[in-house]
Amino acid sequence: MSEFEIKKSATEYDAVIVGSGAGGGMAGYVLANAGLKVLMLEAGEYFDPRTDSQQLKWPWESPRRGAGTTRHFGDFDAAYGGWELDGEPYTQKDNSEFSWFRSRMLGGKTNHWGRISLRMGPDDFKPKDGLTDEWPITYQELKPFYDKIDRMIGIYGTVEGIESEPDGIFMKPPKPRLNELFIKKGAKKAGVNVIAGRGSVLTEELKGNKDRAPCFYCGQCGRSCKVYGDFSASSCLVIPAINTGNLKVITNAMVREVITDKTGKAIGLSYVNTKDLQEYQVNGKIVILGASACESARLLLNSKSPAHPNGLANNSGVVGKYLHDSTGASLGGYLPQLVDRKRYNEDGVGSVHIYSPWWLDNKKLDFPRGYHIEYGGGMGMPGYGFGWGIENLNGKGGYGASLKNDYRHWYGTSVGMAGRGTAIARESNYCEIDPNVVDKFGIPVLRFNYKWAPEEVKQAKHMQETFQEIMHGMGAVITSGIPGPETNYGLEAPGKIIHEVGTVRMGDDPKKSALNRWCQAHDCKNLFVVDAGPFVQQGDKNATWTILALSMRTAEYILQQKEKLNLS
Amino acid sequence: MNRRESLKVLGLTAVSTGIVLEACKPGKETETVAKIDEKAKPGRQQFETERDRQLNSYKFFSEHEMATIAVLADIIIPKDDKSGSATDAKVPDFIEFIVKDMPYHQIPMRGGLKWLDMQSLSRFGKSFKEVSSDQQIAIVEDIAYPGKVKPGMQPGVNFFSLMRNLTASGFYTTEIGIKDVGYMGNQPNIWEGVPADVLKHYGMEDV
Repeated sequence: MSEFEIKKSATEYDAVIVGSGAGGGMAGYVLANAGLKVLMLEAGEYFDPRTDSQQLKWPWESPRRGAGTTRHFGDFDAAYGGWELDGEPYTQKDNSEFSWFRSRMLGGKTNHWGRISLRMGPDDFKPKDGLTDEWPITYQELKPFYDKIDRMIGIYGTVEGIESEPDGIFMKPPKPRLNELFIKKGAKKAGVNVIAGRGSVLTEELKGNKDRAPCFYCGQCGRSCKVYGDFSASSCLVIPAINTGNLKVITNAMVREVITDKTGKAIGLSYVNTKDLQEYQVNGKIVILGASACESARLLLNSKSPAHPNGLANNSGVVGKYLHDSTGASLGGYLPQLVDRKRYNEDGVGSVHIYSPWWLDNKKLDFPRGYHIEYGGGMGMPGYGFGWGIENLNGKGGYGASLKNDYRHWYGTSVGMAGRGTAIARESNYCEIDPNVVDKFGIPVLRFNYKWAPEEVKQAKHMQETFQEIMHGMGAVITSGIPGPETNYGLEAPGKIIHEVGTVRMGDDPKKSALNRWCQAHDCKNLFVVDAGPFVQQGDKNATWTILALSMRTAEYILQQKEKLNLS
Repeated sequence: MNRRESLKVLGLTAVSTGIVLEACKPGKETETVAKIDEKAKPGRQQFETERDRQLNSYKFFSEHEMATIAVLADIIIPKDDKSGSATDAKVPDFIEFIVKDMPYHQIPMRGGLKWLDMQSLSRFGKSFKEVSSDQQIAIVEDIAYPGKVKPGMQPGVNFFSLMRNLTASGFYTTEIGIKDVGYMGNQPNIWEGVPADVLKHYGMEDV
């Protein structure tokens, strides 16, 4: 017998799912609760916020005081991974600089995300400016699923009646912090509307759910929540689905390929165990990809066969194309009025307390679409970086007793804001398989080609002008520097906002899209994609709530099609 | 899950946060870490635990350098009537760790310390830690203000700024420093908005 052997499982599951984040987690949750036998493969480690969260740790419990040496967002952050993974490279074409964030763990990036949970609006699905392709579905078609998710997972916010920012079914929002009241005042002067944040954090009891407790206001959602007070796919979807007895999860399973038969039908997956490097094959009547927009595109492009010579679900050639991430730029400073402010606990929730939905009419602007603004600041827990650059606050630097007093004076005066905007989905921005490079598992890697266009740069310029007006309006001092044209107005490199979508887009025309309106592959009817790959065009809304709604809709469609898909 | 049950999940009861604080004091932490290091810690990746152990297995700074760092740290953050000094908060140990964790600090720190000794030698005939405190302050006065730099002193100013930044980060992330600056969170509570007296103070009642 050869030493090199692929271990083939005899079991045939109803569905095999790749990935355990928002998309894969939701599909697994719906199907397992409906009684289907489901197998989920996760490339990273098992993670249960209940036991693994770093919540309520003090900075001195980290030798680097919470710095981001091995985790970009800090030692306590709940992301195993980052923009660079050891042994899992990606490459760039021409002068592209796309950054690809990966969380290798149960629940994926939902363990550490900002919990900002926005619905896309009617015009995001059917744009009136004709600049980008329409989605095959309308807001009204997705609305019932957004509603169900609001009720099932829980979200806070306020009913505002803004058409482009559809209301949900909300719990009470957290009240603004002091710095946020200053922001509100300043923004009003600048003509910018500020409303309560919308976040998937339980500010009230979630009726009928015994596993999750309401928020206790530590402001540490980024570490994931031990009492499941916020939404993570691990705590709210995958672990409950495991508890039905119908979902089996295999962790440390890096999927290599979707296996198809001679007719081109998907029959299962091959994967490598990342710990012992053994090769495995598993079988399913249907295959569901929720590996993340770029990872699912990579998997499809790597799944070539005689029936699918261009890669799976890729007769159209669109897989990998139309990659787009939100635009992002930011500005920071401090409020001199708050020097020597009274101390109290204002941790609040770990998502946003307030934000500004897009408020302008594009007819008067030199760029399309828009952006929303997220705000922060206040008396946060000190961590590595605390006190850095005191000379920018006290105007001198110094040492000794007076310096020590200065750290006290300025504590809690910080204020910052960040724009998150619509980037146009372009065919010319894409990921593809690099023909020359494989990762440590021998899997061909992605090569990115992504460049910002004038539309996005002009949007960033507008963000900076707005931020300065708001800072001015509240009497704040800008300390972060004001980025100009030499840095594209502080526009972050694509991928840095971690909202990448669009690589396996849906549509009614099989020549122009990989998936139909149910996120089912045009070229392979028992293959579905449930992450952010199916997005045709992202609005200025963070992607997660739409991923969840789409995935739930696809999972319910699969249940309706049980007979056609030959499921038990 | 109700509040009492969720506190149980956190390993807390409403009155036991003080105990958590106690358990997390730097002195006690080292013992616990040494024991738990043998196996994986919850929520830490194996490579992270191994990396920390490796960084703790050797020293970067010499004894002379560590002693100089301690003198500087206490010049930057001295003891006053509110809290202890940088060395009370073990800031030099933090700096020793952080330059191993972030190697890009190594040359600026080592070179800066050497620059400082050479400066001290040429002005007062001894290394920085050996000269009198008045002489130390005379040198510090020349490197503590990035806005007004005398010719030739820029390397010293750069070094002192880094030293000040690391000292502040090291100090305010300890129990002493957090108490000093007055951060009151990191514990289960209810957030009901800005206290009424604060709202009134800033005239924010109607915002």
